[in-house]
Amino acid sequence: MTAELPTHLHYTVEHEWLDDGAPATVGITGIAADALGDIVYLELPAVGEEITAGAVVGEIESTKSVSELYSPVSGTVVEVNQAAVDDPSVVNSDPYGQGWLLKVEVTSTGPLLTSEEYTAQNAG
Amino acid sequence: MKDETVDVESPLHAEHVALGAALTSFAGWQMPLRYTSDIAEHTAVRTAAGLFDLSHMGEIGVTGPDAGRFLDYALVGNLSTLKLLGARYTMICAEDGGVVDDLIVYRDTEDTFLVVANASNHDTVLAAFAERTAGFDVTVEDLSPQTALIAVQGPRALEILRATEGLAEAGHDAETLKYYAAMPMTFQGEPVLVARTGYTGEDGFEFFLDAPLAPALWQAFLAAGEPSGLVPAGLSARDSLRLEAGMPLYGNELDRTTTPHDAGLGRVVKLDKVDADGNPLPFVGRAALEARGQSEPARVLVGLEGLGRRAARHGYPVKHSTAADAPTVGTVTSGAPSPTLGHPVAMAYVTPEVSAPGTELAVDVRGRFEPVRVVALPFYRRPR
Repeated sequence: MTAELPTHLHYTVEHEWLDDGAPATVGITGIAADALGDIVYLELPAVGEEITAGAVVGEIESTKSVSELYSPVSGTVVEVNQAAVDDPSVVNSDPYGQGWLLKVEVTSTGPLLTSEEYTAQNAG
Repeated sequence: MKDETVDVESPLHAEHVALGAALTSFAGWQMPLRYTSDIAEHTAVRTAAGLFDLSHMGEIGVTGPDAGRFLDYALVGNLSTLKLLGARYTMICAEDGGVVDDLIVYRDTEDTFLVVANASNHDTVLAAFAERTAGFDVTVEDLSPQTALIAVQGPRALEILRATEGLAEAGHDAETLKYYAAMPMTFQGEPVLVARTGYTGEDGFEFFLDAPLAPALWQAFLAAGEPSGLVPAGLSARDSLRLEAGMPLYGNELDRTTTPHDAGLGRVVKLDKVDADGNPLPFVGRAALEARGQSEPARVLVGLEGLGRRAARHGYPVKHSTAADAPTVGTVTSGAPSPTLGHPVAMAYVTPEVSAPGTELAVDVRGRFEPVRVVALPFYRRPR
């Protein structure tokens, strides 16, 4: 049931994805969403907040567990996905599409993986 | 924690793999965590039915002329009075009154009992039984390797049982089977022990049978149950269901430092059990539990209803209020967002002064104090 891993995105070891847009869109991977189970609550930073690559910027809670959201980039949050906050199940059903979490005006990026590297990390 | 590579596989392992289950390592077993969605599986059990593989549970046979007397000594309950084909929830305690495990005991015949232990405590219970058999004419046998346990739980469990091909009630009527009672049935001519027990807060049945027969019964249930909305359900749904039903989980609400009284289950301790001459029967933990039953509790197990959206989880501190300097008044033992109720629920040990229903407290959820309210357990009671 894991969605195909898009090859055009960048990934982090903490299971976030990032695109090349300006602003850049941030989400969590299908692997992360599947591992959490049904996501029931998202806590995301406020629009305008300055975030730092590698720092915790939110929480993703499922019936079974809770996981922290780490920012893959430093910059300013310019938009949060209110539809996903209202109905977090879209993060499970469409993690790379309607289940996106943040749009960020990026000043610098943290360590990123290619889709091949991310797949290799999760193979074992 | 045992290494995942040496986990025991359930007799139904191939079924779980074929169904695409996410497997998890649990108490040394590879078991299904979920098949599709935790919430969908949970909701199916509340509204229709769920099919569970519980083959990781430890089945222990206790046989012999002294079987009942032995269990009266080894456990806190009064098992020699258990009726034929009756079931009872009980506990095994240490000398200091701490809970070694919580158990369900079934009586098959006058001299034959089936003890079902938690997977995580199976070896511990076997060892404790071995230590406690001295002086009793009794044989303790680990039946777990050859035994499968399948549960059908939910309001439509009875109709599914009846529709299942090859499953015969052998002169008994499952409809009249009482809660916490068992009866023999057959599946494809082979014996199956069926009990009206469960861990979900719903009506339901549990089926003990020889492991090689389990895949055929599992498939027969899925086929028969499909029109009724039966879905396979994993350990994740099992945990959220038992939490809503206010049922304790060993390792969370119960452990070696907990007495049955602490968990609000002092009723399972039968201090009034006597021998044929009316003398009080000794049992392991008696002195400590007698004293505990007479003293004021230092902590009380309560239900907490979350007033916000963030759920309290196992181990989080309970605070007197949401004030930054509020003192700690307890610890959360289990917690999750309740799929049925739509808000977070938790069980927690708190000091008696703050244990009354309606008391407003807070839980330290990763550094932020979330408001909660003490409520009576269970959180969910099935409509009758």
